[in-house]
Amino acid sequence: MRSPSSFNHHLGRRKILGSIALVMFMSSVVVGILGLVVLLAQILFQGLEWLSPELIFNFPSRHPEQAGLKAAIFGTVWLMGLTAAFTVPVGVGAAIYLEEYASENWLTRLIEVNIANLAGVPSIVYGLLGLALFVQWLSMGRSVLAGALTMSLLVLPIVILASREAIKAVPETYRQAAFALGATKWEVVRSVVLPSASPGVLTGIILAMSRAIGETAPVIAISALVYLTFIPQNPLDRFTVLPIQIFNWIARPQEDFRGLAAGGIIVLLIILLSMNALAVFLRNRYQKQSVE
Amino acid sequence: MSDPTTDGGEPRFRRRSKTWEGGAVKWLFLACALVSILTTVGILVSLVINAWGFFTEIPIWDYLFGTRWSPILKPRDYGVLPLVSGTLLVTLIGALVAIPIGLASAIFLSEYAPDRLRRIIKPVLEILGGIPTVVYGYFALTWVTPQIQKILPDLLVFNALSAGLVLGLMIIPMVSSLSEDAMLAVPRSLKQAAYALGATRLEVSISIVVPAALSGVIAACIIGISRAIGETMLVTIAAGATPKLTLNPLESIQTMTAYIVQLSLGETPHGSLEFNTIFAVGLLLFFMTLVMNVGGHYVVRRWGLRYE
Amino acid sequence: MTETREGLDAPTVPKLFVNEHTASDESNTVIDVNKLDVHYGTFCAVRGVSMKIKENRVTAFIGPSGCGKSTVLRCFNRMNDLIPGARVTGEINFFGQDLYAAEVDPTEMRSRVGMVFQKPNPFPKSIYDNVAFGLKVNGYTGNYPDAVERSLKRAALWGEVKDRLKENALQLSGGQQQRLCIARALAPEPEVLLMDEPASALDPISTLAIEQLINDLCKDVSIIIVTHNMQQAARVSHETAFFMVNDDRAGYLVEFDDTSKIFTNPNDERTEAYITGRFS
Repeated sequence: MRSPSSFNHHLGRRKILGSIALVMFMSSVVVGILGLVVLLAQILFQGLEWLSPELIFNFPSRHPEQAGLKAAIFGTVWLMGLTAAFTVPVGVGAAIYLEEYASENWLTRLIEVNIANLAGVPSIVYGLLGLALFVQWLSMGRSVLAGALTMSLLVLPIVILASREAIKAVPETYRQAAFALGATKWEVVRSVVLPSASPGVLTGIILAMSRAIGETAPVIAISALVYLTFIPQNPLDRFTVLPIQIFNWIARPQEDFRGLAAGGIIVLLIILLSMNALAVFLRNRYQKQSVE
Repeated sequence: MSDPTTDGGEPRFRRRSKTWEGGAVKWLFLACALVSILTTVGILVSLVINAWGFFTEIPIWDYLFGTRWSPILKPRDYGVLPLVSGTLLVTLIGALVAIPIGLASAIFLSEYAPDRLRRIIKPVLEILGGIPTVVYGYFALTWVTPQIQKILPDLLVFNALSAGLVLGLMIIPMVSSLSEDAMLAVPRSLKQAAYALGATRLEVSISIVVPAALSGVIAACIIGISRAIGETMLVTIAAGATPKLTLNPLESIQTMTAYIVQLSLGETPHGSLEFNTIFAVGLLLFFMTLVMNVGGHYVVRRWGLRYE
Repeated sequence: MTETREGLDAPTVPKLFVNEHTASDESNTVIDVNKLDVHYGTFCAVRGVSMKIKENRVTAFIGPSGCGKSTVLRCFNRMNDLIPGARVTGEINFFGQDLYAAEVDPTEMRSRVGMVFQKPNPFPKSIYDNVAFGLKVNGYTGNYPDAVERSLKRAALWGEVKDRLKENALQLSGGQQQRLCIARALAPEPEVLLMDEPASALDPISTLAIEQLINDLCKDVSIIIVTHNMQQAARVSHETAFFMVNDDRAGYLVEFDDTSKIFTNPNDERTEAYITGRFS
């Protein structure tokens, strides 16, 4: 039988501890969100007044009122275009291999281990790889082509991961139906799996690109320039990108350049926001479609 | 019995030569997958070959344990410890911020928050992780440092403290999200058993959920720290360019990553000893993050998620 | 004084449908249920249940799947509170006190009404720490190792684990894990033990061991056991409650009486249909 005095429930104390803990946990979340809010507010506060057509359409200049992002924007577009051209086929191809063709052997494991590790390598190290391999050894010079190849290696794990998820999500019954009709493996992949997985793959590509747009370190290692007043005309030209231009402005001592930097950040954030919104929109539409 | 495929002289199902096409396609995709291995090999080779030029001139002992880093200015010294200490100082501050806050957020989101609230908060925290790091650098330099200077007037414009604090803010979502996943994976039946014994929500979270999810939580912290070690633009902008072996966060330091950026933007000729320092530093950086990432995966595999 | 077992003897051959308990013993009411309804959101899971659970007896809840047996069980230790949208109306009195009164703290009251779950769910901790957990959260002031030993003996597990208390509980077999869960639930010295199909995930030998355990434990603890196994209910319980589902998918109590009566001469024809296996 129970002896009531042998248990001291300390209910009051435990409830107070619980309330304190709840407040602490909630505060942690609030700190994170508050940090984000303060950051965005600070940027808007400093940068809004610098948003103007000059910011977008001018080349950089020593005079803040005339400085603009033209070189950077074109450079970013060139870099992103070439990066996508390399990373999409290779990344999707790798995902197709891993999901549809690979068997459980040491090679597959090695590939997967590599992809997982590469996702954690600092981006500056990719820059050093690009410098040694593309700029120097393959003699591409400090060109947008070298930058694109480097960037595509950097975001490759993202594309592979997202594509694998999308391919995995294709119901097995689709494949079985196609096989039963006499299609070969490749025909099944091409005509059934890929179309069905394409929204998810596309979402992954957009997310990878949005990550690539903000990456500065590897591009600095490759292009080694922060002040550029022309736009690339061909893949072997030198280039600069949006975050590098922002970096250049931040590093200037004059107060006005700080404001310019903030303006550039706003432009960059707007681009990122649009890309992510597009990805989310696609993901939602994709989910609705697969439910039907 | 007439053969339906050749009835009437016209074959009804023509055999397509599919085999060669199927085989070629498989090899093509395999080649795509092998790019990952080639990348790793490429990183190692490019770092080692170029660092070799450095190590033939500077003894590795002097490099790894030297306490003065001055590869350009005379007197020349090639001890990497100041850069390593700069990296570790900033990382330590960042970890002190991100790990408690990230863990507490994870506990809140997985054990306390109702579903609707979680669905709003999670994406907001994800945004923190998606902001380019130059933006964080700008924030650290133009807002955080001046604010701290109001309290600590000795703070230099470029310092480890601001960079570390903002670095912590940046990796909060990583620590929080991975820890939360680990906690959500703890089976409901364990929590129910604990509640049925008369435990409060706090007691269930701390005594049952966190210990059960511990390997995932530790892996989350390791991955966050690895990310902090590899961070470049934030520390380049906010932490300074003075390699210094110090534990004082109010001072200006230089991290390994910031040094690589500084030299890349300079005029140093390719192939020179000074230029090859970036590969030597890069190699060390690569190994540091590799050890951490492998360690993180090992922790999960060895001690992970065994509930039954 | 209960004769505690150090370990398992060879299980005795069960006598089907013959119960050694005599139901005519006088006994207090430990749980008094009055017009209990349970809603999950808009869905009514249980309707209009009224019954009196006797102290230091074994009461069995039987009935087809989904008829609310577990739902009613979970009301007795307010585990339904943990489900968002769950609403309990009616009265449940525990030794005369309304369980759902405003001043009752579910955390404290759960130390007096323990629960054992269907699938053994020991914490991924040592055997000792599993049993000690209930002592710790409830602020036990006595000697911990003694209390752990006592609980393990009451659960007929002590002999098998006394030399390896620091080992991880997950190393034990399924039957041992469930007895560990019983020991864990007994550590806070509850007055009532709720068992939700405790043996359904176990092999027949372990099942019989648990049934013998229940026979021994009920001298100190009131036991309510939900079971799908009618023979088990017949072997183990003093009284049996038979639940069924309505057309509106709400569960309700059909008949509640001495076990020997339910299984040999039930009042309600639906009860008779169920126990003779015409539906399950």
